[in-house]
Amino acid sequence: MNIVFAIIAAVTIAAAVAAMSLRNLVHCALALAVAFAGIAAAYLQLGAQFVGFTQLLVYVGAVAILVVFAILLTRGSEPPQQTVLSSGWITGILVTIAVLGILVFAIAKSSLIKGEAAAQPTLTVRQIGEALMNKFVLPMEVIGLLLTAALIGAVIIAMKEEK
Amino acid sequence: MADDLDQIFVTISHSIVGLFPEFWQPVVSAILAIAAIIGVFASLFAVTTVFERKGLGRIQNRYGPNRVGPFGFLQPAADGIKALIKEDVVPRAADKVVHFLAPLAVVVPAFLVYAVLPIGRNMVLVDFDAGVLFFFAIGAATELSVFMAGWSSRNKYSLLGAMRAIAQMISYEIPLILSAVTVIMIVGSLSTTQIVNAQAGYHSIGLPNWFVFTPWGFAGFVLFMIAATAETNRSPFDLPEGESEIIAGYYIEYSGFKFALFFLGEYMGMFAISGLAITLFLGGWHAPLAALEVVPSWMWFFAKLLAIIFVFIWVRGTLPRLRMDQLMNFAWKFMLPMALINIISAAVWHFMVRAGLPGYQCWLVGAAIVAGSYILLGRGLMEGKKIEKRTYRFAE
Amino acid sequence: MLGEGIIKGMAVTAKNFLGSYVSEERLTTIQYPEERQVLPEAVRQFPFLVFDGNDAMAGLRCVACQICEKECPPKCIYIEKSKDKKPDYIGKPQLYPATFDIDISVCMSCQICVEVCPFDAIKMDTEFELSTGDRFGGLLVNKQQLAKSNAHYHRIHPTEADEVDGRLAAEKVKAEAKAKADAEAKIKAAAEAKAKAAAAATAPPTAPAAPATPPAPK
Repeated sequence: MNIVFAIIAAVTIAAAVAAMSLRNLVHCALALAVAFAGIAAAYLQLGAQFVGFTQLLVYVGAVAILVVFAILLTRGSEPPQQTVLSSGWITGILVTIAVLGILVFAIAKSSLIKGEAAAQPTLTVRQIGEALMNKFVLPMEVIGLLLTAALIGAVIIAMKEEK
Repeated sequence: MADDLDQIFVTISHSIVGLFPEFWQPVVSAILAIAAIIGVFASLFAVTTVFERKGLGRIQNRYGPNRVGPFGFLQPAADGIKALIKEDVVPRAADKVVHFLAPLAVVVPAFLVYAVLPIGRNMVLVDFDAGVLFFFAIGAATELSVFMAGWSSRNKYSLLGAMRAIAQMISYEIPLILSAVTVIMIVGSLSTTQIVNAQAGYHSIGLPNWFVFTPWGFAGFVLFMIAATAETNRSPFDLPEGESEIIAGYYIEYSGFKFALFFLGEYMGMFAISGLAITLFLGGWHAPLAALEVVPSWMWFFAKLLAIIFVFIWVRGTLPRLRMDQLMNFAWKFMLPMALINIISAAVWHFMVRAGLPGYQCWLVGAAIVAGSYILLGRGLMEGKKIEKRTYRFAE
Repeated sequence: MLGEGIIKGMAVTAKNFLGSYVSEERLTTIQYPEERQVLPEAVRQFPFLVFDGNDAMAGLRCVACQICEKECPPKCIYIEKSKDKKPDYIGKPQLYPATFDIDISVCMSCQICVEVCPFDAIKMDTEFELSTGDRFGGLLVNKQQLAKSNAHYHRIHPTEADEVDGRLAAEKVKAEAKAKADAEAKIKAAAEAKAKAAAAATAPPTAPAAPATPPAPK
């Protein structure tokens, strides 16, 4: 196992665990941002430059800020009233182990682990762009439409009402 | 000879790296380049603070600092010593870990983005395939650190300043990236070295091939500089840190060296974004005239950087601060449509050039699109804002 | 057009910046303490006592009438009269202040003491660099420190000093003329009395004897 990958994975998992279990909600949001950055580092380590930087730009630069704003503008920054572990934690752990088992089983059975790692093609941004515009243009337009609808919805909700 | 001077830093670096065994060579070359970047740009920061204070002073009919050193040029040393020996006050109710990490989180991304700026011929630290995207991604991480600084101080004004700063930075990031997109579209690559290489050569009339001399490039450059001023919280967009508005905004609870670190991060961000503007629009390290190519490439980069810094200082001394709603209106209602129309203009230019039409026709069509939309948008936005004579009901 | 004002503004700023290197009206800083501002003549800071001649204590114009002490709004003047008299510039014996203290941390430079002094003894000085480390004693100036010569007064307020000197000289001339007239009148009265006495001596001797005695116990 690559030492760099081990460090990145350890940091990401630690940040994710912290995001789940810290008391202060804003601390959790910041730990989540660190987890996003860890995933971006994992992408970069695999050589996927475009995806790694886009992950940073979108997740750390926008989604983490969105989460932080949502916490601040609601009452989330007050100290929690109840304990961190909820009452049904045993059921939670069982469900988590089940989901983890299914994921591990699926990955183990897939071709990624079975076969030898094929020679990784270096994907340039140009190739990604061409693929997006030729082969995947329909999903891209649908996502664009979805984001536009979300933007318009947000503006309508936040707009002042005409008196 | 001129070539030697041009590549002098590369040859020095190679000779030092050659002294080390094979295994350590990449590490040593990286460390050398990093040390050079930090040293050069941090001293540029020190010089810029003096230039700014003296320049602003002259604009305001006064001397700047002129007591420390000859003509006041050792003032940054005095400021640095002052920042180091001041007591580091941390509010009792503040969140200590986040309060401590916030200045680091501001400075580290600010230094990290210098890795993709080509400072001279063959003088870029890392040649990413997606260099410009790296720049914007790391720049986006600065916003989170602004929030950390504002929230951890447990101060209403600090939090308010941080919210405003984040809203401003997010709003202006879109025109920033969209105006950079025009260049990326024309060049066809996100790599900074390729963008600089695409601006080599000269036109028939002697003007260099820089993108700023095209209509979409000029509009893009102006949009990029305005958005850059807003991204780095500089006047006239410095409402989040305005001293007379909200005391010092999100770094009100910081004193001593942490405050100096925020200051450092802001100026580093300013230099980095100016560096990117030079790379994208002003031809990077290329000389403006063919005859001036004897001057080394890195000198041209720093000359252009100093010119942009001077314009920043000039604008700071001229314009009053924008109010928050004026700021947001400007970003969303004016700059975003202008950036989108700029993309259209760049696309039209690209196809006209590829179709082989003569240069001036392409220029005219592009300029018509950009200028026409500017005038129409400007007129449309100023419609409801006539200055009327005020009447008061009971004051006769 | 949008942005026109910004361009005009930047042109103004550029003119200011470049003009500050060439013309003086665009850089009006006076670098204290190397350069001092040229102050007008009527500037006033704290009072001082004027003395004529060379000896500060003998030529002091102040006669301790205490009008300035009474009129001072923040009451920062402290005067104690002397027990003996000394002659003033005309020659008349006058009282003089044994103690004359001004607390300049209280003085507000209103010049009322100058306006009400009937003897032109207290005038306003122009010295303002009086900072000291002693907050109370150092700012209480006494008679020795306050007394400054008429020549100093001429130096700091030339036109005022000329006018005061002219007035005092005129008064002195008038007083001397009056004294001379008084002296002449006295001589004339004495001569008349003597003539009268001589005339009365040749008259009956008893009549002058009676009026001679009543004036004696007076």
